[in-house]
Amino acid sequence: MGVEVRVEGLTKSFGKQLIWGDVSLTLPAGEICVMLGPSGTGKSVFLKTLIGLLKPDKGHVHIEGVDIATCRERELYEIRKLFGVLFQDGAMFGSMNLYDNVAFPLREHTRKSESEIRSIVMEKMEMVGLVGAEKKLPGEISGGMRKRAGLARALVLEPEILLFDEPDSGLDPVRTAFLNQLIIDLNEMTQATCLIVTHDINTARTVPDNIGLLYHRHLAMFGPREMLLSSEEPVVRQFLNAQRVGPIGMSEEKDADELAREADQELPPLPPIPLQQLPSSGVIRPTQRPPGEWCEQNGVTPPPGSFASDVVGAT
Amino acid sequence: MTVSATAPLKHAGSLFAFALDTARASVRRPFQLREFLQQAWFVASVTIIPTALVAIPFGAVIALQVGGLIKQFGAQAFTGSAAVLAVVREASPIATALLIAGAGGSAICADLGSRKIREELDAMMVLGIDPIQRLVVPRVLATMLVAFFLNGFVSVVGVMGGYVFNVVLQDGTPGSYIASFTALAHLPDLWQGQAKALVFGFIAAVVASYKGVNAGGGPKGVGDAVNQSVVITFMLLFVANFSMTAIYFQLVPPKGA
Repeated sequence: MGVEVRVEGLTKSFGKQLIWGDVSLTLPAGEICVMLGPSGTGKSVFLKTLIGLLKPDKGHVHIEGVDIATCRERELYEIRKLFGVLFQDGAMFGSMNLYDNVAFPLREHTRKSESEIRSIVMEKMEMVGLVGAEKKLPGEISGGMRKRAGLARALVLEPEILLFDEPDSGLDPVRTAFLNQLIIDLNEMTQATCLIVTHDINTARTVPDNIGLLYHRHLAMFGPREMLLSSEEPVVRQFLNAQRVGPIGMSEEKDADELAREADQELPPLPPIPLQQLPSSGVIRPTQRPPGEWCEQNGVTPPPGSFASDVVGAT
Repeated sequence: MTVSATAPLKHAGSLFAFALDTARASVRRPFQLREFLQQAWFVASVTIIPTALVAIPFGAVIALQVGGLIKQFGAQAFTGSAAVLAVVREASPIATALLIAGAGGSAICADLGSRKIREELDAMMVLGIDPIQRLVVPRVLATMLVAFFLNGFVSVVGVMGGYVFNVVLQDGTPGSYIASFTALAHLPDLWQGQAKALVFGFIAAVVASYKGVNAGGGPKGVGDAVNQSVVITFMLLFVANFSMTAIYFQLVPPKGA
């Protein structure tokens, strides 16, 4: 069963430059969350702070009663065993072949025999579709394969919390779709709490239960998927629909003149909210909410055409 | 980037803290024997041949200098012992240290640095493994071990080089070279040389590891880290060498004095 991650008032800056301030959110146990944000808003920094690789300036990250931001190093190494992290480039150990890479956490942390390790490793390799490539070195395979191998390694210790740092960067749309399906299936099977850091809006629209948006050094919004997809909030609306009209500019945010010029521009209507992607078994995940539930409960009319079975992915 | 006056102090402090962390982690179980042996073999393989090639001319140069000087004093009979003292006490630990830092340390720094920028070290920490215990400690101990043996090797090669030069080129007699061997030199000279080699090995490996795991800014960052680690190691080595020599002369009185 997954574990809840509670983030309170997290603030991080490098030198004098504030990355983001006062971020508070809760990743509910067993749910899939997506953290979105324009490039360079510190999404990866947020992820690294969650696992204690970076110390925040202020704030707390509570996991099973331990505060990652202030706990001792020993506790940190213990609590990290709950995590599985997929790094952007897979972060495979260059000196070992894929098999040894995936077996590494098992050999370090468990007293399993080599034959037990073999069966676990092969199971995970099969899950990510890398059977036959065990003897290859990380330098000899493509970025997409490294990423999948990284996922296999993140999974061997049966983590309660899975963090994905841009799983879709550098992958083609088909592989991205497979990887997203894999994340959903994993969540269904293991009930692990998942956090995906990405800027792929297609992933954000169809995969998660909750969405967060980091923008302009703060957390603009965090909540159920339908809340953000039906939101009229300019930043959220602009980002989730990949529009040029809105407060986000090319470099950072637009200045007053640019915004004034846009003021009388007609915003395109919100696209319909797609159905959430199901696990490949077709079973509804325990944490998945029925389509339209949030909108109904909160008296929000979803954009016309939402939740129709033929609406898949982004517009 | 703002540059403050305390920045160098900060770096010195965190290097020292890193050295302490390494020392503490070196007694923590489980000991990484495999990694230790691999690293020892690796450091030895990159240093043995260059060290031998440096040691021969080193011994020869000392023989030439000291031999010439001693001839002016008219004490040719002591050439052997003077050369032995110079080689065993000073030249051999320094030559060892330079090669350990230049060949072994730079390789360690580049290796750890590239692991750092590929996020391998982060991945390791996330898997609940302390890179200091898993990677740094075996490298430091391996470097110390190799430095210890390399120092003995350099002493032997250096003394032999001195012998050949003294006898062949300076018309010294083999008998007086060997006979004067023990006139001024004694066993503590060798021990202090070996102790120096251990300390130098420790410094070289710790600085290289520290610079490696703190590398940043892509491939260029790794290059900078290697460069800095070699420069810093050399500076520290000569300071440490001076201090240890001074302490040695206080602790162990010279023979016959």
